Amino acid sequence: MNEPDLIPHLFRTEYRKITAVLSKRFGLEHIEIAQDIASDTFLQASETWGIKGLPENPTAWLYAVAKNKAKDYLKRNTLFNEKIAQQITYELNGVENSGSEIDIDLSDRNITDSQLQMMFAICHPSIPAESQIGLSLNILCSFGVNEIAAAFLTNKETINKRLFRAREKLRSNHVKIEFPEASEIQNRLENVLTTLYLLFNEGYYASGCDVTLRKDVCLEAVRLTNLLLESKLTSQPPVYALLALMCFHASRFEARTDSEGETVLYEDQDERLWDENLIRQGEHFLNQSSSGNTLSKYHLEARIAYFHTIKNDTKEKWESILQLYNQLLIIEYSPMAALNRTYSLSKANGKEIAIKEAEKLNLTSHHLYHALLGELYTGIDNEKAVNHFKTSLDLTNSKADRKVIVKKLSALGY
Amino acid sequence: MKDFLLIFRSPEHAGPAASPEEMQANLKLWMDWFGSIAAQNKLSDRGNRLAHDGKVVRPNQVITDGPYTEIKESIGGYIGVKAESLEEAATMASTCPVLLDGGNVEVREIAI
Repeated sequence: MNEPDLIPHLFRTEYRKITAVLSKRFGLEHIEIAQDIASDTFLQASETWGIKGLPENPTAWLYAVAKNKAKDYLKRNTLFNEKIAQQITYELNGVENSGSEIDIDLSDRNITDSQLQMMFAICHPSIPAESQIGLSLNILCSFGVNEIAAAFLTNKETINKRLFRAREKLRSNHVKIEFPEASEIQNRLENVLTTLYLLFNEGYYASGCDVTLRKDVCLEAVRLTNLLLESKLTSQPPVYALLALMCFHASRFEARTDSEGETVLYEDQDERLWDENLIRQGEHFLNQSSSGNTLSKYHLEARIAYFHTIKNDTKEKWESILQLYNQLLIIEYSPMAALNRTYSLSKANGKEIAIKEAEKLNLTSHHLYHALLGELYTGIDNEKAVNHFKTSLDLTNSKADRKVIVKKLSALGY
Repeated sequence: MKDFLLIFRSPEHAGPAASPEEMQANLKLWMDWFGSIAAQNKLSDRGNRLAHDGKVVRPNQVITDGPYTEIKESIGGYIGVKAESLEEAATMASTCPVLLDGGNVEVREIAI
């Protein structure tokens, strides 16, 4: 690694570890202090390393400095607690009141556990989904407020407010950085997976923001999902399924935008740009996910995504996809799944049947509903197709979708 | 939206068992029908299939195998759906694959 890249790289990988361990140690209500200490540590690194040169083991150096800063803080605080505010009783686990031996555990095990426990804290059901994603990016992925604002296509102030409110929520609900009770782990894990799923989608589907940033968001979601596999408590079949899903989607990252940053539709993609390696990994995780007897929506979505890694269009492929969408909808309805199911129905059973089914969907205010009907009517009743594409154009706010629809209309002579 | 129960009844089959291919084709019909209802966000209860064997218990310790002695059909399963009216629920039932097999669907509103 080049020296100029070293600090940004270490910041990405180590900042969140230090923050997680220290927050767990201090209590989640003091997360800002943990983040301050981690930031100070990096500031000191940038100053010291510039003058004295790189230490032999930069990561160990960072841990040692962070540890000392944390100990200083705890000592000061213990003193403060003893002499001034004996009433304040947040717990400093294992710290003697004399302040003699304070331990900050930066072992691999504790780093992993702290990060996992932090994930459970952030994905607490009392925190709104939007805030969970923001907090995850900030605390678990070390994204700065500017980057988060860019990813959400909003401004710094909005994100600052959102993060502030989310932290308040964590405080007022006394959320702790710990693993949930064994009896609760299933439910809570579901929350964590939902957040990771949304985090990935945020990166994958957000249009308009920088491609590199979007890829980073996706890779972070993959990394965090991978982290769940490192603990026996959380390495469960749906986690493998979600990871498989992410790998399959991510495999098309290079192919789905062209050099100008424009979206390339699936059928127009150059499959030589698909990442074979990620597809193989996805297959591996998909196999791993098939133990146990739960069939989560991630299993179904991962299998649908798997079929999309096969470019060849056969009736059998679409029949399989159709059945997976049928099962997915039976587990959990969503408008996107309903629309995609109808599209696969047209591929498997023919357009006439699909049109009949589409018209039952009751999604007339959704621009993609009209885009789908436009697609289905194309070649059957072009006039209706044009009308639906036009309605879709009126309803959409998405630039990328607008371009695609305009293209379809011009193919119909408009 | 109101809740309705769709109860599937099929006649007793005496003929040869279906081939695996026929079973697969039949499964597809059912899955597409379920998927169609679910895609409209109108499936409120995934319901259950009932096992074939059953007993009927009557007063005075009279217990007989199955309900088939009097009626030549049995309840194979049920699901719950949401619909605006009994008519709409009946329209949903009108494409149920059980009808292709000589069966019928009873549509009942669930009383609140």
